[in-house]
Amino acid sequence: MRTLMARATGDEKHEESSTSTLDALWVLYDRILRVDPADPEAEDRDRFLLSKGHGPVAFYAILAAKGFFPEAWLDAFMEHGGRLGSHPDRTLVPGVEASTGSLGHGLAMGVGVALALRAKGLLEQRVVVLCGDAELNEGSNWEAVLLAPHLGLGNLTLIVIDNHSSTPSMASWTERLGSFGWRTQVVDGHDHEALEAAFIVRDERVPAAVVADIPEGEW
Amino acid sequence: MDMRAAFGRTAAGLVYEDPRVALVLAEISVSAYFEETIARHPERTVNIGIMEQTMVGVAAGFAMEGFYPIAHSLSPFMSERPYEQLKLDFGYQGLGGTFVGSGGSYDYAAEGATHHAAADATLMLAIPGMEVLVPGHGSEVEALLRATYANDRPTYMRTSMAVNAHGFEVAPGRSEVLRRGASGTLVAFGPMLSRTLEACEGLDVNVLYSTSLRPFDATALASVVDHGTPVITIEPFYEGTAAMVVTEVLAHLPVRFASVGVPRAFIHGYGTWSDLDADVGLDAASVRRRISDAIYPNARNGSAS
Repeated sequence: MRTLMARATGDEKHEESSTSTLDALWVLYDRILRVDPADPEAEDRDRFLLSKGHGPVAFYAILAAKGFFPEAWLDAFMEHGGRLGSHPDRTLVPGVEASTGSLGHGLAMGVGVALALRAKGLLEQRVVVLCGDAELNEGSNWEAVLLAPHLGLGNLTLIVIDNHSSTPSMASWTERLGSFGWRTQVVDGHDHEALEAAFIVRDERVPAAVVADIPEGEW
Repeated sequence: MDMRAAFGRTAAGLVYEDPRVALVLAEISVSAYFEETIARHPERTVNIGIMEQTMVGVAAGFAMEGFYPIAHSLSPFMSERPYEQLKLDFGYQGLGGTFVGSGGSYDYAAEGATHHAAADATLMLAIPGMEVLVPGHGSEVEALLRATYANDRPTYMRTSMAVNAHGFEVAPGRSEVLRRGASGTLVAFGPMLSRTLEACEGLDVNVLYSTSLRPFDATALASVVDHGTPVITIEPFYEGTAAMVVTEVLAHLPVRFASVGVPRAFIHGYGTWSDLDADVGLDAASVRRRISDAIYPNARNGSAS
């Protein structure tokens, strides 16, 4: 996977915002999400929204590895004529559900998708939204954090990649999110077994938050 | 007919009629119009509380899943507070949705400028692809909402307390030529029509009525404009808002252009919307004076009437 990421960036020194998401995204796409690269808009798929948008190279590498688009697309990362930008565009990339990059948009959209799935009777499907710890400084997130438990959205999971990138540290996220009514867990952000076990947890009426901890200085 | 009530009745009706409609509300208008709708269709009618950014984001989530979302609040909280969500979640992502702002430019006059939104149409026009509708009567709210809610494009509808004496058969992208004349062309938008007709009594002018800023009916305007005579827009929002769409039509014509609208200044005062109309020069008498000044700019005392 890191080789694919290097193909996009041209070296193996990837920015922290991308490498910190790699393990969580791999576990999601390899073990959790029911998605079909041959039919990326299948009605019965699970939905994943990369809310933070930043550092999407790991996301792109995984989508390419799983067959959503040719690996050759990675060669034109951020280049004129390429489809893979520094923030993903849903109109250009198969498998990308939301065009993100401005922080604090994905969770509200995820709440809407979760409501829509419920309205359509798609009760087995789930919505997973990934935010960064610094992204949670944006106030719009906290509207949606307040709302999701009220709506009983058990089909919604928020992953917080806590790589301690926010200069003013305002964690603990599990305490904050728990106080808003989310079922919270904190796991080692590089531990695949722990991530899988955390992502599987699903309550019928309570949204789940998984804080994937990436110790400061570690990518 | 009251526009906000017309919106409430029509939006509720659409929830009942079309299972693809999702109504996302942020407290505003819930108790007046939507309690029964929420009780009957809680899966597609959601009052999320006072969080307008999330209202638009949630609406986008519904749109991503193939629903036709309708969101609504007072004009400043529908157009300004969640502006980036409108721009990105809908505009950039290419999703369709309907956003209905109530309160015109300063309908809630007694609340002060925190509740004014004379820039709403300007801001919405600045989002590529956002359609902007300006009904002038409750019946037009219903017609325009029904015509656009399922068109898979983002649409902002501006409703106001000011209404015209009569509703017209309106459609998005269509203007009506109501009068023909030789001295100039007036384009009245939405609720400005009745006072424009009153103001131009005795003047030899074309009068167009438009409820659609984008798409704008270029054909109708081009069909009546004469070389050398002025085109004057009568606008319920900041003056010059419609210039963006009207001047495109006039690019090849030697005409003067003027706008009669809300002056670009904060209002520090209270009363009713009609009190403020008089203060800012948008009552019928002021509109007549401003139209005359634009048609006859060299007339003594700035007026030919």
